[in-house]
Amino acid sequence: MASLMKPDPSFYPSPRMAMKAAPETLAYVAAFDPNRKVPDAIAVVDVNPKSKTYSSIIGTVKMPNAGDELHHFGWNACSSCLCPNAPHPHSERRYLVVPGLRSSRIHILDTKPNPKKPKIVKVIEPKEVAERAGYTRPHTVHCGPEGIYVAALGNAEGKAPGGIFLMDHETFDVRGRWEVDRGPQQLAYDAWWHLGHDTLVTSEWGTPDTFENGLVPEILLGAKYGRRLHFWDLHKRKHLQTIDFGEEYQLVFELRPAHDPTKAYGFVNCVVSLKDLSSSIWVWHRDGNKWAVTKVIDIPAEPADADKLPPMLKGFGAVPPLVTDIDLSMDDKFLYVACWGTGDLHQYDVSDPFKPKLTGKVRIGGIVAQAGHPSHKGALSGGPQMVEISRDGKRVYFTNSLYGAIDLQFYPNGIEGWMVKLNASPEGGIAFDPKFFVKWPASHRPHQVRLEGGDCSSDSYCYP
Amino acid sequence: MLVGLGALHGVNPAMGWLFAVALGLHRNSFSVVLLSLIPIAIGHALAIAAVTALMAGAGVLIDPRIVRIFCGLLLIGWAIYHWRYGHRHRVRVGMQTGLWGLALWSFLMATAHGAGLMLWPALAPLCFPAGAPETDMSRPFVMALAGVAVHTLAMLSVTGLLAVAVFRWLGLGILREAWFNIDALWIAALFATGVILLVV
Repeated sequence: MASLMKPDPSFYPSPRMAMKAAPETLAYVAAFDPNRKVPDAIAVVDVNPKSKTYSSIIGTVKMPNAGDELHHFGWNACSSCLCPNAPHPHSERRYLVVPGLRSSRIHILDTKPNPKKPKIVKVIEPKEVAERAGYTRPHTVHCGPEGIYVAALGNAEGKAPGGIFLMDHETFDVRGRWEVDRGPQQLAYDAWWHLGHDTLVTSEWGTPDTFENGLVPEILLGAKYGRRLHFWDLHKRKHLQTIDFGEEYQLVFELRPAHDPTKAYGFVNCVVSLKDLSSSIWVWHRDGNKWAVTKVIDIPAEPADADKLPPMLKGFGAVPPLVTDIDLSMDDKFLYVACWGTGDLHQYDVSDPFKPKLTGKVRIGGIVAQAGHPSHKGALSGGPQMVEISRDGKRVYFTNSLYGAIDLQFYPNGIEGWMVKLNASPEGGIAFDPKFFVKWPASHRPHQVRLEGGDCSSDSYCYP
Repeated sequence: MLVGLGALHGVNPAMGWLFAVALGLHRNSFSVVLLSLIPIAIGHALAIAAVTALMAGAGVLIDPRIVRIFCGLLLIGWAIYHWRYGHRHRVRVGMQTGLWGLALWSFLMATAHGAGLMLWPALAPLCFPAGAPETDMSRPFVMALAGVAVHTLAMLSVTGLLAVAVFRWLGLGILREAWFNIDALWIAALFATGVILLVV
């Protein structure tokens, strides 16, 4: 494998320095066919306002099979390669690691020499992943101190426990299970860390049989989906602590630790409260020599006419906000919150993580609202879902599909894919870029966005 | 040569100064930078002392010429390993480490990088000037120890200077420009010292 003579120019020692990076010109977006008939794809979207093809898909990399359900993905290497305790400064940020959440197949895409035309250079078949890692349903991908960390939702048989496995960041060999001592942890979903505090955090969804055909109402109402956070010793790979959010809270999902490695707190979203269908944002933080969580934002459900609601919600007469993704700006100042149910995208000033202030709000799509966009006046389906922020914090991109089987439960008439962009002002406040609206080809729906050179959920840093 | 290798080891961010700077930044303290240098130097010295003592001991027990060949082959093997798998190290010490952890980290890094082996071409002629088994059993050990001391002092001076300069004046932005591929140089040095032992 190639190694560079100087560190990859997209590696930054600290988040402060990463904020000075040049604006991205390309975005990579995972797109899947909900009917599983044609292959899923990674789309290349032109996000350079000076370009003639701005706001359009300029390339598509088709996967070799159909039915993978591309979902989340990540880079082989990033700024954590500059860490002093485990330096790999001359690895390249070059390859996208793209798992199929349903198929458990992992694709490696080379974004060089032409970043507009990535090529598949390696495919790791599901059998190999299951044999070597002992896990299936790979989800979150993070580049980190020991290579590529992949959080997977099922074990080799598709049951509990889900967990994390490691991949070599240069050869892409699956190196095996990460955990040495998993303690009581069974369910898995997201994973990230505090490099400055030697701590890894994981969250929970459920086992594959409880979500691959959509959310199961009995399991949800029985509070049996994920509701816990797990804290681990990052280097001893040992489970340290569980925090249970309790019977009321279901689906504790996306982990957004502070980018500044000296800060020991982070944000996580809870999709639904069984009491009132509200969504909530929590902060995890130190409390003495333990971790603790505090609820800092509550987003209530909105009353709605039962006629306008999908069968699953008719009895409740309300639209739940369904906060299914959040993202934290590089300076740890703004938290973006995607309300996939109501169609809202909120921006909070979280300079004081315990006292968030709502500083901006837009609405697009939504189960009932079906709100339009400056450049698309008609009704829009789906709602704000995967959010990604540019490193300088000035641009925010998001797409509108959650997960094939669940899309259908909340948007039974189907989702027409789109991707939009917000301009964010440094003092707070967001607005649609009226020129950026990507209408997605009808065969596919877009999910996670990754920005060229890194973004606010791809890199971690060892220096403040 | 001992001093030169000391400087090479000292310059390498993966051998210590960068960790000292990082800990200083995390604890927001210049004295932490300075304090960290001590366990880093101790770990480095112990790693090198262990290897050279082994070599010296082997040289006393068997013919130092055989030790020379053995060490040469080992260095070349180490170079190949480092080239192929150098990126694969298990990380055992993190940013919350104390001074003992730091010494352990430095010991492991120096060992994994073959730092001690790399010194043997310079130390062998001092320990075994005749190139044959010594009659004075203590000489090889005394010389090896002296060599380790000189080397560590050079390493500590360079690494300390860099840590202070980066923490106080240069800033970490320098990493993006100045962190040249020392691993490539390192592999070349391992290979070259191995070859020197075999042919010179």
